[in-house]
Amino acid sequence: MDKVIALTAVTKAFGPVRALGGVDFAIAPGEVVGLVGHNGAGKSTMVNIMMGTFPPTEGRVERGAAGEIRCVFQELSLCLNLDAAENTRLIHRSLRGLGWRRRARAMIAGRLDAIFPGHGIPPEAKLSDLPIGQRQMVEIARAFTAAEGEGPLAMVILDEPTSALGEEATQQFLAYVRKAAGEGVAIVLITHRLNEIYAVSHRIVVMKDGRSVAEGPSAELPKERLVELMGGHAVPVEGEDIPAVATRKTDPNAPVMVTLPGAVPVEARKGDIIGFTGLDGHGQREALVAIQTEGRGAKAATAFVAGDRQADGVLPVWSIAQNLTISCLATIRRGAFLSPAAERAFAEEWRERIGIRMRDIDQPLTELSGGNQQKVLFARALAAPAPIVLLDDPMRGVDVGTKAEVYQTIRNEADAGRTFVWFSTELEELENCDRVYVFREGAPVACIPREALSQDAIIAASFQS
Amino acid sequence: MSVAPARAARRLSLPPSAYGFIAAALLWGGTMLLSDGRGGIEMLSVALSFSIFSVAVGTGQMFVIASGPGNIDLSCPAVITLCAYVSMNLMGGADGMLPVGLIAALVLGGVIGLVNYGLVRALKIPPIIATLAASFVVTSLAMWYGGESTVRPPQALSDFMIWRVGGVQVALILALIGSGVVHLVLHRTVYGRSLLALGQNARAAQLAGIRVGFVRMTAYAVSGMMAGLCGFLLAGFTGGAALNMGEAYLMESVAVAVLGGTSVAGGRASAFGIWGAALFLSLLVTLLNSTGLGAGARYLFTGLTILVVIFFATERRK
Amino acid sequence: MTAVTDVPTAATPARKPALARLAPILLPIAILVVILGIVFWMRPIAMSYFGLTLMLKLSVPLIFAALSQMLIISQGDLDLSTGAYVGFVTCVSAVYLGSDPALGWAIIAGSVVLQGLVGLFTWLRRLPSIVVTLGMSFVWLGLALFVLPTPGGQAPNWLTAIPQWRPPYVPLPIVVAILAILVFEVTLMRSAAGAVLRGAGGNPAAVTRAGWSVAGLRTAAYVLAAICAVFSGLALSALTTSGAPNIAPAYTLLSIASVILGGGAFIGGIVSPFGTVIGAVTLTLVSSVLTFVNVPSVWQIGAQGALLVVVLLARGLVSGDRT
Repeated sequence: MDKVIALTAVTKAFGPVRALGGVDFAIAPGEVVGLVGHNGAGKSTMVNIMMGTFPPTEGRVERGAAGEIRCVFQELSLCLNLDAAENTRLIHRSLRGLGWRRRARAMIAGRLDAIFPGHGIPPEAKLSDLPIGQRQMVEIARAFTAAEGEGPLAMVILDEPTSALGEEATQQFLAYVRKAAGEGVAIVLITHRLNEIYAVSHRIVVMKDGRSVAEGPSAELPKERLVELMGGHAVPVEGEDIPAVATRKTDPNAPVMVTLPGAVPVEARKGDIIGFTGLDGHGQREALVAIQTEGRGAKAATAFVAGDRQADGVLPVWSIAQNLTISCLATIRRGAFLSPAAERAFAEEWRERIGIRMRDIDQPLTELSGGNQQKVLFARALAAPAPIVLLDDPMRGVDVGTKAEVYQTIRNEADAGRTFVWFSTELEELENCDRVYVFREGAPVACIPREALSQDAIIAASFQS
Repeated sequence: MSVAPARAARRLSLPPSAYGFIAAALLWGGTMLLSDGRGGIEMLSVALSFSIFSVAVGTGQMFVIASGPGNIDLSCPAVITLCAYVSMNLMGGADGMLPVGLIAALVLGGVIGLVNYGLVRALKIPPIIATLAASFVVTSLAMWYGGESTVRPPQALSDFMIWRVGGVQVALILALIGSGVVHLVLHRTVYGRSLLALGQNARAAQLAGIRVGFVRMTAYAVSGMMAGLCGFLLAGFTGGAALNMGEAYLMESVAVAVLGGTSVAGGRASAFGIWGAALFLSLLVTLLNSTGLGAGARYLFTGLTILVVIFFATERRK
Repeated sequence: MTAVTDVPTAATPARKPALARLAPILLPIAILVVILGIVFWMRPIAMSYFGLTLMLKLSVPLIFAALSQMLIISQGDLDLSTGAYVGFVTCVSAVYLGSDPALGWAIIAGSVVLQGLVGLFTWLRRLPSIVVTLGMSFVWLGLALFVLPTPGGQAPNWLTAIPQWRPPYVPLPIVVAILAILVFEVTLMRSAAGAVLRGAGGNPAAVTRAGWSVAGLRTAAYVLAAICAVFSGLALSALTTSGAPNIAPAYTLLSIASVILGGGAFIGGIVSPFGTVIGAVTLTLVSSVLTFVNVPSVWQIGAQGALLVVVLLARGLVSGDRT
């Protein structure tokens, strides 16, 4: 076989969720393939299957010529308490015995010099003492090291490798990718910076909804076409139809409730529903958390609906009622003590209003389905005496019916004068917002009013060109 | 209470707070079998009166442990000793000074608790080392202040500790009422709910609007106060303060809290469960002393019990 | 926790200044120098072969206990049973090593295996090490009481002879400290296997991804830690010529303090054998100094606590973000 790796009709399901829906992909030695797609398109699942982290549900994975496959992960897989040489030793078992450190140091320093001339990384420094950009250089260089006595390097997968690199280091990196490909290494590059893809890729694969929707030489896939393919217009919502969004009236003279600085400053008034979007991990969540915990930019009390339910929302020991009332304990207090009767009544009331499906409110929250857990977290925030509600991508893993109900609740609450700030990466959810701010690399860079909202508009602003 | 805590644990197995009681019941039953049922009540009564002290300091430890993984107060033995000396010296054996001595013990303990929390926050170091460093200093203070002097407790305090009405120790009843109050505080006040929420998931609690710093600070203060109370009562019971009086309570406070159903992962606490654990440990001492197996077996059993409980009670988390 | 690392930094911050990086190592040295300076100034006679031998002999068991604790801390755990285990070893030494060496060594070997299993299960079931080792401290204390119910016994002659040995020029405790530093700096800090072991404490996920068994590595760390603690117990029983179950409860806390004093961190697998040994020696010397400067003995333990706070405070101020 003349390919490094070939995937044929590969699917991957996690329980009922289908992350990959039949992907064909092959890469030859010396080829550079750019892999692009929006959040949840299936890129990382595909990377994990190529790395052998988990097997595909169906389909074939064939490995070609001998050689190692390495990956530079988005979240760095380095040990920060070790230096660069020691981290190199972790992935090379042959680096042991007398003089291993000298050899490891020569190996990583040589590669760093080759990729990032003038990098200035002291070889004896613990990585925790280095800034994040230099750590990323070490991780990249480590992926390209080859030890004597081990097989040649066959392929390197790079997942957002330049996120912390400066302009100069990025150019050095791209030049090296071309050079390594020239030496026969296959390279898969995943990045939201499309100019980097065009700078080095021979071929581009566009993924969407767990499939590869387009594939072709870079020259034949111009940027506009790429953006169109990633977003696309035909996103049929499976199952029930979401009711069309009723036109909302917003009052441009209402008092300002939330402001955030940026290239395009964020401003939300009383009764507004504003959206935060862009690629996942570009500072939207951090902005919401800062508003909630430090009150940054908020003009009134805030309540928070967690999207990462287990990490940020669920109190796993407790019942539904206890989870629901934690943000508004003052309202169920009678004298010095909380009133169980008041708590019960209050919880029942919100159960009705939000339509949480459960056996009874003393049931542990963790027994509910994801969607119903999410409704409880919604109820927790809505029940709190807070004029501003922050939604942190709260619809992950929520079924269509629940979504429709929650949309309606949010609109009703906004009409009643509450302000919502809603982080989401789903167009369908963002359509409920009066306007949407697109974040890139930590700050809002564009504001799209609802009339102009489209997947293309979001993607164009999310991907730097 | 009509709003019950989550039932999952109860349906799968017993609530963790029952472990101590079951172990204590088994132990007591076993002893009864061996001794043909003689002296059972006396044994129970002695074990209960010793439990008061470990319950007091264990309850404080429970507040700290419940406030989240990694939180622990290693300063209680030193606090017990210092507060015992300070309160005994202040009272000077005079019955009329009893309230002064009690308040002094509580306030001093509480202040040391606040200092503990201050170190945790200011130095950003794990509580285990912060409270350890504080305990070194407090131990020195106790040695300097107490030294060799032995001031006898006021007669009224000594009498109170052994006062029985109809065969029932009054201090025991008051201690049980105290646990009832702690139970109410934990489950029926804004503070208690906030503490348990914080212990389950500090980030979620913070995002839900809980003042994490204040709640945790109070937990350390409560722990200090309970250790102070323990020192006050213990000195009254044993006829005065002594330099090594707190020693046994370092491990014991953690052991009764954990065996009594306080989750080391945070967020679960039981005011009454501690009684089961304390009773178990006291019975173990009594039993092993009477069977001549000695302290070795007692420690071994205590250790194995902790290991078994932690092995089965820790929920697996990724 | 939100993945903060995903957010690209606008301006690449410079590497930490040299002072901040070296603080964890320079600070313990500076403290040791100051304390030695005070000792020699107060008691010039201490600056002699026999003065140093006498003053430092009790640091030897603490050095080994601290190195044992350091291995556990390198895995992100804490061992609250160190003191009890060291006591157990002194009992086995005083009861069996002289009369029935084979049985004695078998008991010690068995206890080391048990410590390894503790490490394995703590990892496999993700148990909190603080509570598990707390339970183990009761177990070791109980077993020690079985072996030797009251302090006493007799350590074997070959063992008690070791502290009597007077090497030329350099006092024995200093020789031991230097050897301990060399051995650990080479094996843990310089060797290829040591790098992987420390990596397992720093980022277990990354080490797993690179194809290593973290369970195996952590078991090894616990076994090595137990072996160090055995050395500590043997050294202590050699000095006291006997054994006692409750001889060393302070070692648990002093060993943790030594590691932290020596630049170790509770999380992230950051430890320093050199610093740890210096820390153990420093903590031993502190009580001598306090005696010399006429600090009443009651303040000695308090001064150790205050020293710990000051060091942590100083390190926090110099390096900014250390935890």
